[in-house]
Amino acid sequence: MPSSTPESATEPLDRVPGLPSPPGTHAAPVSIWRRVLRNRAVMVGGLILMVMLLIALLAPWLGTVDPTEIDAASRNRKPGAEITLTGADGESREHTAWFGTDNLGRDLYSRVLYGTRVSLTVGFTVSVIAISIGLVIGLVAGFARRLDGPVMRLMDGLMAIPGILLAIALVAVWGGGLTTVILAIVVPDVPRVVRLVRSVVLSVREEPYVEAAISVGAPTIMLLMRHVLPNTLAPLIVQGTFLCASAMLSEAALSFLGMGIPPEIPSWGNIIAEGRSLFRIHPHNIFYPGLFLALTVLAVNVLGDGLRDTLDPKMSRRL
Amino acid sequence: MQARFTRFIAALALAGLSGLVQAQTLKVVMHSDIKVLDPLVSSQYIVRNHGHMVWDQLVAFDEKNEVRPQMASRWTVSPDKLVYTFVLRDGLEWHDGTPVTSEDCIASIKRFVQRDPSGLRLAPSIAGFDAVDAKTFRLKLKEPYALVLETLAKPSLSPMLIMPKRVAESPASEPIGPEKVIGSGPFIFKADEWKPGEKVVYVRNPKYKPRSEPPSGFAGGKVAMVERIEWLAIPDAQTAVSALTRGEVDMVEIVPTDLLPLVEKDKAITVLPFSSGQYFGRMNWAFPPFDNVKVRQAAMVALNQEQILKGVIGDPRYYKVCKSMYFCGSQLATDAGSAGFYQGDAKRAQQMLKDAGYDGTPVVIPYPTDLPTLAPLGPLAKQQLERAGFKVQLAPMDWQSMGPRLRKKEKAADGGWSFFMSFYDARDALDPIGRTVLNTNCKTSFLGWPCDDKFEFLRDAYTRADTPEAKRDIARQVQERNTEVGVFVPLGEARFVGAMNRKLEYTFKAPITVFWGLKKS
Amino acid sequence: MLSFILRRVLAVIPVLLIVAMLVFGLLRMVPGDPAAVIAGDAATNEQVRDIRERLGLEKPIPVQFAIWLGRLVQGDLGQSFFFKKPVADLIAQRFEPTLALGVCALVLAVSVAVPLGVLAAFRQGSWVDRLVMGLSVMGFSLPLFVLGYLLVYIFAVELEWLPVQGYARIAEGFWPFIERLILPSVALSVGYIALIARITRTSVLEVLNEDYIRTARAKGLTDREVLVRHALRNAAVPILTIIGIGLAVLIGGAVVTESVFAIPGLGRLTVEAVLSRDFPVIQALILLFSCGYLLVNLLIDIGYAFLDPRIRY
Repeated sequence: MPSSTPESATEPLDRVPGLPSPPGTHAAPVSIWRRVLRNRAVMVGGLILMVMLLIALLAPWLGTVDPTEIDAASRNRKPGAEITLTGADGESREHTAWFGTDNLGRDLYSRVLYGTRVSLTVGFTVSVIAISIGLVIGLVAGFARRLDGPVMRLMDGLMAIPGILLAIALVAVWGGGLTTVILAIVVPDVPRVVRLVRSVVLSVREEPYVEAAISVGAPTIMLLMRHVLPNTLAPLIVQGTFLCASAMLSEAALSFLGMGIPPEIPSWGNIIAEGRSLFRIHPHNIFYPGLFLALTVLAVNVLGDGLRDTLDPKMSRRL
Repeated sequence: MQARFTRFIAALALAGLSGLVQAQTLKVVMHSDIKVLDPLVSSQYIVRNHGHMVWDQLVAFDEKNEVRPQMASRWTVSPDKLVYTFVLRDGLEWHDGTPVTSEDCIASIKRFVQRDPSGLRLAPSIAGFDAVDAKTFRLKLKEPYALVLETLAKPSLSPMLIMPKRVAESPASEPIGPEKVIGSGPFIFKADEWKPGEKVVYVRNPKYKPRSEPPSGFAGGKVAMVERIEWLAIPDAQTAVSALTRGEVDMVEIVPTDLLPLVEKDKAITVLPFSSGQYFGRMNWAFPPFDNVKVRQAAMVALNQEQILKGVIGDPRYYKVCKSMYFCGSQLATDAGSAGFYQGDAKRAQQMLKDAGYDGTPVVIPYPTDLPTLAPLGPLAKQQLERAGFKVQLAPMDWQSMGPRLRKKEKAADGGWSFFMSFYDARDALDPIGRTVLNTNCKTSFLGWPCDDKFEFLRDAYTRADTPEAKRDIARQVQERNTEVGVFVPLGEARFVGAMNRKLEYTFKAPITVFWGLKKS
Repeated sequence: MLSFILRRVLAVIPVLLIVAMLVFGLLRMVPGDPAAVIAGDAATNEQVRDIRERLGLEKPIPVQFAIWLGRLVQGDLGQSFFFKKPVADLIAQRFEPTLALGVCALVLAVSVAVPLGVLAAFRQGSWVDRLVMGLSVMGFSLPLFVLGYLLVYIFAVELEWLPVQGYARIAEGFWPFIERLILPSVALSVGYIALIARITRTSVLEVLNEDYIRTARAKGLTDREVLVRHALRNAAVPILTIIGIGLAVLIGGAVVTESVFAIPGLGRLTVEAVLSRDFPVIQALILLFSCGYLLVNLLIDIGYAFLDPRIRY
């Protein structure tokens, strides 16, 4: 699953995205954000994501039941079936399973809605954590000349290992669980962020006004805050959205291979993975979570496209 | 001119022959891929099945569960029951052409009793062996042991198979490699064609001399009716079934019950039950909360066989509630001691927990997420135990990680466990001796470390019971003791169903998935 | 030029070393003792420890690493813990399917995506453009295994045009080989196509917007000549970049695809090896993949140097 801006160590400097325009020609910040919000892609993607977010937050009140409640007598029912759930106290109640039930009688509608929480969390946290870690390492690599070599070799090494295999191995080390799966997806994504940040840092350093600032003894922190960080913002935001999308897909793939989030915590990925053995007979197990997953990933990708087009036109001509 | 014509005819003949061979090739999707080739060192059923292809037994159980001669032509028992003399049949050969001798049999038995639970019980009673001549040998005992023949005929986990001396002299602590898979059975393992993870290939042993009687259970004449068998590894059950319906494979050993509707209506496919199994649970006596016998009993009351079976299997045609620790319908099956248990009586279990002084220590249940036959058990058991007032934590992992986790003798919070579930093939669930988990010897038990002298005493007595009535009586007592102390939690029986192309036909009632007596038209 | 190539090749070695160390260290941290799995359920702890000794797992980790590295340099990849076969044999057996799958997917992807991207660029803003962009976003939003199952269901089960599963070696006949690869290659290539099409479109657009193109067109250059002489040449660099990066993605996708279509390739071997903690196999495979990835990127870098004289240093 494509996850990021294509970067190469040999990229000529004038193709680096996010290169700041000469001072004095910056457009006022306010109109950038307005441009962002007006962009059609951002609107569509953002809207769908808002809906998903609302679903995630309001899940308990949208006609759901406990997504982990098993009822062996109601297994494998078709969408729209009426099922009778027998609670812990022995009392039974009627419930309509709008999306059907899975092979343990759990209501699929509830699982998919609660799964929104997990999948969005995975996508968002992976993105934020990967960006944060990548930012720090990238800054270090860009500024500290002596550390640059070893750090980049390490990143190259990490990037050379196919992401999903690294993730599988990490899940095997740390055990299955929400946090470990998130971290296992983060690790292979970090090198690319590092590359991006580092190239920005390197290009900013070459700017004449920055060289001037360094020569008068400006502290590194100030350079960081004033010049480097603002220029990393736009590409990192865009990168972040693509990381979010790919993280959700990676989580689904890990679940498919049996190394994902354990099924007690429903996520779209593991609902699909559990239901895949019944695909031909009870396709609803795959159809509904698959639909939600594809839609959300699509929305995030579209959002990312829109953000890139508006925040960083030069970058959009690259991608 | 002549040469070319001959070559042409030869090519034609070869094509025709290969076409014939093709018709005589069986492509089977077994329930798992095979990694370890040694049936004694592995406790996986696929390796047991592999064992029966390549090796043969000295004596074997027929379908009435009576011991019959197999590689042996006959045996005699001395009047004091201390010496068993076996005479081998004529003309038995290993796959490399060397003859089978009594030295081979002795070495195989020696290896077996170092490792297999039934064998380990026999071992202390063995005084020694004598190889009288190439075809005759004696097994000498220190004291009478009622189950000598049953042990030597053991078909499952681990099967008692006769191997060449040099193979049987490999240490029993490690599996043998592919070059040592040499047997005298109806099929030959083709080591050069083995592609791990892809396929295993067996060919018919043309030199095998089947017995003259018709096949019955594991005994009788094992006639290989196909030339070549390929076990293909297709991990995805859906893909396997699709391949079957499209004719790309001939047989799928186990079809998950939920997928049966795909094949039941297909006129070209026969569905047949291949084996039955018994699900069971196992509590960890060494650490809280199950170090308290009353808490163990509460768990046994809280678990609900019917719900578990329904959840895992679904179709009531293929499961059966059976509260006995012996397979229902077998000679020792009984209801003794199980009234009120395994019914999901949450209220009663709650009361029992209170009386036992349960302090809320979580029950940690490791379970394999990658095995569809076992994965649903975790959440099912969790819900049942929670409804009875237990605190439960599931520890999902892959099957390979289960083994090492279960070996850890630590508190659950430190990486140990409290409860796990698995299953046994019906053939292993017939008596109080054959299953490793029934060992309650305080020093040597493991995987739960149960320690109960009375239970061990009864098991020992079983090995000395020499009449069926005595055996049944003791077995009953063992089961009663079980519900008093909680060694083994039977969780119901299931039938595992396979499907095969209608061109295939078994000429007898196969005890497990065997490939003799199976013909392809 | 030659020194450039040589330097790039030498730069690969430390990276490989790092990969080897990472993987080696990671594996020894993994819980789940391969010796325990080999020994079986009924083994005693002494027996397990004996097996650990035999496998060399009782030695300190740096020593184990040095031993493994030493053997590696001599061409010995070690023996699988489980199968008692040399790792090299296992890899050789499974190499062809993955290579075939990868090459087919790659060829398919490039031959479909580049024309699509070019088309979209030349017809920027039209419905064709929007369609291509829309489809490509959808292309990398769908989970690979869902797509795989859909393809199997439609083309193999319902229409019965293609086989459901399996792999036939090319030596056994070209048609059986190809027909089994069609569905898996298509599934695997979809995401790749989406990515390449987009990059192609953007790069070609960038070229098309350049001043010199406008001049050339004013002088009467046809679309076709613009395309061949300028657009493709300049767009080649980013396209090659994405192919190189996408390779890692392709391998990841191969793992899933091989599971769905029961192809006995390296991807599945790796997953199985990780699940059974077969260290020698895992180490060898990850090193192999990394080598392949670095090699391809190296070739791409060299390709850059040819295409763009500015990139040489």
